[in-house]
Amino acid sequence: MLTAESLTKEYRSGDRTLAVLKDVSFTIDQGAFVAIVGPSGSGKTTLLGLLAGLDEASRGRVVLDGADLSKLDEDQRARLRGEKVGFVFQSFQLIPTLTAQENVQVPLELRGDKGADERARELLARVGLKDRGHHFPTQLSGGEQQRVAIARAFSNDPRILFADEPTGNLDSDTGSRIVELLEQLNRESGSTVVLVTHDLALAARTQRVIRLADGAVIEDRLTA
Amino acid sequence: MNQLLSLAWRESRTARRRLLLYMSAILFGVAALVAIDSFAENLTRGVHEQARALLGGDVSLRSREKFQPKPTALLDSLNSSGIPVSRQVSFSSMALVPRTSGTRLVQVRAVSAGYPWYGTVETKPASAYADIQGDRRAVVDPAVLVSLDAHIGDTLSLGTGRFLITGTIESVPGDAGISAAIGPRVFIPEKYLDETGLLVFGSRAEYEALIKLPATLSPARFAGRFNPRLSSDRVRLRTVTENEMDMTQAITQMRDFLGVVGLVALLLGGIGVASGVHAFVMRKIDVVAILRCVGATSRQVLTIYVLQAIAMGLIGAGVGAMLGVAIQLSLPRVLKDFLPVDIDVRVVPSAVLTGLAIGIWVSLAFALRPLLALRLVSPLQALRRENDAEVMRRARRDPASLIVSLGIAASVLILGLSRADNAQRGFAYSGGIAVALGVLWLTAAFLTWAARRVVRPSWPFVLRQGLAALHRPGNQTRSVILALGFGVFLMSTLYQVQKNLLKQFDIKLEQSQANAVFLDVQEKQAPGVDSLLRGLPGVQVTQQVPIIPMRIYSINGVLVSTMLAGRARERGLAPSAPDSGAELPQRGKPGAQSGRRSPWALRREFRSTYRDTPVGSEVVTSGKFWTASDSGGVAQISVEKDLASELGVVVGDSMTWDIQGVRVPTRITSTREVNWARFEPNFFVVFQTRALAHAPKQFVFLANIPGARAVALAQRAVVQKFPNVSSLDLTSVQQTVKSVLGKVTVAVRFMAILSLTLGIPVLFSAVSATRRARLREGVLLKVLGATRRHIGRILLSEYVLLGALGALAGVGLSIGGAWALMHWVFDTPFTPALVPAAVVAVAMMTLSAVIGLLTSREVFASTPMEALRES
Repeated sequence: MLTAESLTKEYRSGDRTLAVLKDVSFTIDQGAFVAIVGPSGSGKTTLLGLLAGLDEASRGRVVLDGADLSKLDEDQRARLRGEKVGFVFQSFQLIPTLTAQENVQVPLELRGDKGADERARELLARVGLKDRGHHFPTQLSGGEQQRVAIARAFSNDPRILFADEPTGNLDSDTGSRIVELLEQLNRESGSTVVLVTHDLALAARTQRVIRLADGAVIEDRLTA
Repeated sequence: MNQLLSLAWRESRTARRRLLLYMSAILFGVAALVAIDSFAENLTRGVHEQARALLGGDVSLRSREKFQPKPTALLDSLNSSGIPVSRQVSFSSMALVPRTSGTRLVQVRAVSAGYPWYGTVETKPASAYADIQGDRRAVVDPAVLVSLDAHIGDTLSLGTGRFLITGTIESVPGDAGISAAIGPRVFIPEKYLDETGLLVFGSRAEYEALIKLPATLSPARFAGRFNPRLSSDRVRLRTVTENEMDMTQAITQMRDFLGVVGLVALLLGGIGVASGVHAFVMRKIDVVAILRCVGATSRQVLTIYVLQAIAMGLIGAGVGAMLGVAIQLSLPRVLKDFLPVDIDVRVVPSAVLTGLAIGIWVSLAFALRPLLALRLVSPLQALRRENDAEVMRRARRDPASLIVSLGIAASVLILGLSRADNAQRGFAYSGGIAVALGVLWLTAAFLTWAARRVVRPSWPFVLRQGLAALHRPGNQTRSVILALGFGVFLMSTLYQVQKNLLKQFDIKLEQSQANAVFLDVQEKQAPGVDSLLRGLPGVQVTQQVPIIPMRIYSINGVLVSTMLAGRARERGLAPSAPDSGAELPQRGKPGAQSGRRSPWALRREFRSTYRDTPVGSEVVTSGKFWTASDSGGVAQISVEKDLASELGVVVGDSMTWDIQGVRVPTRITSTREVNWARFEPNFFVVFQTRALAHAPKQFVFLANIPGARAVALAQRAVVQKFPNVSSLDLTSVQQTVKSVLGKVTVAVRFMAILSLTLGIPVLFSAVSATRRARLREGVLLKVLGATRRHIGRILLSEYVLLGALGALAGVGLSIGGAWALMHWVFDTPFTPALVPAAVVAVAMMTLSAVIGLLTSREVFASTPMEALRES
């Protein structure tokens, strides 16, 4: 489903080259629920960006659902994301000018799908926000905003969902409920979920933990 | 303070250019004020310096008829006592050059030696004007030569007179350049005027006598002594001082009107500054949080940024003032055709300084409001960034910002007061400015609100996104609509009025069914002119209208002379004096009746006609128009309704007329509303046919002649046989009106185009005000699968919408404004001219889209990775 092959990401800083990721390789199966953990500065976010095609690797390649991301240009990767990838962020990243309902519709509308509003209503109902569709992000609590973000992430029936510290800005109760929601959606829709976190308790709830340190994989184990 | 100053300087390093851009929003306003004030100042000085040349003498006497015996005696006695008098008689007539057979209607000015006493009529060759007194000679406007296909040395026929053309006119003191286009001038010596045989019964001419007083006698004293006597003989006296005062007043009015436009532009610029500085503040929150962390007080923070704002405001206002000076240097060239004086353009330091001061003040006042928010930035922000909207929300509740708002309102009032000579007018100005800004603001607010309401889920995604973006937190949508709308408003109003005036003209030509008019046809010439015209191929005489000159002799039995004398006496009495015996009996509606009868209306000469049916250009408003079969009793008349109210008469009143010494008693049986704008002979007073059928009269002929060439041939045929008959080719009159109107609008268009540029800096600052939000959205959309094409289309729709809303506001208001102008000033119906409005609107949308996309390059360039990093 998702393969990373010798992924390396380097930044040039003056005349020095700084390697943020060094030769990272792994494969994640369809339907898996995986956590990538590590202390800050270990390269988690960089890895996530490469896996989702938000950024280009210096060396190595990512194959996402059969597509070699290194062979696609920026717009082609954007289209691939629109079709197969969902995202959940630590800071929710909702578009402030759009209502909850409209935010959920965005990926569908970018693809030009019909019936986007129907589908968005259904998704909001599934995350428990049936009646809040007409509210703007600022009118929602943090947990609610994150649920809208999850509904949005699932709106295009993604083959894979990336979640970057999804509970980072939430209190532990709310955070726990968000993870339950992710687990439930993972089970029900069969989407692969890749969770990036430094919260080990959260990571323990997934099926597999990939641990990074200094840009390299130092541990890759199944939790169950 | 010194440290703060240097800190302010160093801290501005990255933002100088941006701040300067925001401050440039005031540029146009400052430039307009400096240009208007300097120009008015220079013009006033020009009028003052050339005041005597403008009038031509120290005192001018004018009359619409030959001077009566008493004024003539006065002038003769002045002359014999060594006070020189020169004369001018001016009237319209046909000019003919026998060699080429060219004919044209010209403005004849028969002048005596010495006219004018001051200023020179410049001609080519230079001595030509002075030399015309030597023989039967004429100097003419170059346009006369062109249209008659003549050259210097040709003989010019005016009526039965023959004059040798010896030169062309370059300029005439007191005449604006445009007068040559309206009625080309021909100067001839007054002593040969009689040879033309043109001034006959019913001719319209103006007689003027210019008096040159000795230095010991002031024009005012002269006027005080002779004016009362002269006015009863229908002579208007003007002194050089009165003339100058009138012109200065006109200049002041122009300055005031344009000044209001300039102030509105400046204040809109201020709003642009506010939105730019708002954007600036948004970018500075991080820096301020750090400054606060390292120990800066909120007062120090504010000082740093206020210093930056003052410096940039100074530069903005300075550049504006320079631009204003440049504009005023070029104004005389643009306006030269309309100015009766030569302007010596100088830089007016007081105008430049005032412009600078107002500019700095406005930029500071408007920058202060958003800058105040920086005081509220907590050092904690450095650790954990709050939402931008959160900071601004707190700032809105800040009492200090309320104080600044009040300060801004007070500034508007002070600006208004400072431009007026008295408090009442000052309040009126401020009120006018506030209303203009208020209407624009409300329109902008309404359109912004409506744009959100009308959106439907079925609309294309990118369009809905673009619309939603207009409501982004911290959006400057209303400021942009205001700024864009103002430029569009000025530009579009101009075009609306121009198009409508021209269209009126076209419609009138169509309705009149005639394209040539023959004037001053004497009674005995009428059959001849009629058969001559009818004998030409294709010519139709559509109307033949009799005209009888007359004056009012008495109203309801009271002599006009008694009424005028009564008024003169009354003026000498205390205001509370009881009605003198001459006061008229009052009946009917008190409002209409108790008003004084206008001396102008009582004294003037009326040119009336007779017929037994109303015509298409008039509507009976009260009473009943007679029919051909009404034959008994006193002769009936119908009076135009505005004249009726000037005279204070109503249906049923009796009026006696003096027609060439014969008294004709009449009774008013109806009043009419007349559409004067129609190209037809219209009349204040219409008589029953039987009352005037035998009075001495002249005729106006209206004819329909197919083709421009045939019109010229007919004009020539008539003037060759009947030299005193003038004729007008209405199609060429229409051309003249078009070209004059075109020249008038050039000057105003100049202002309008400048005001369009006002929108540019405001748009730039508005775009950068939401830069962060815009970037974040763009990145996010990319993460969610948007291609650059998607982003581009969303941005495009946003900016096109902004431009469209601005254009809509401007065009909408301009249609309202133009309607008001047409309705109240020009008194003609209004039809919106949609094509120019659409052109301006499309231009605005293009401008907005180009600027928007240019300033949004970052959004394209940013990678989706930033979405992760920002969290």
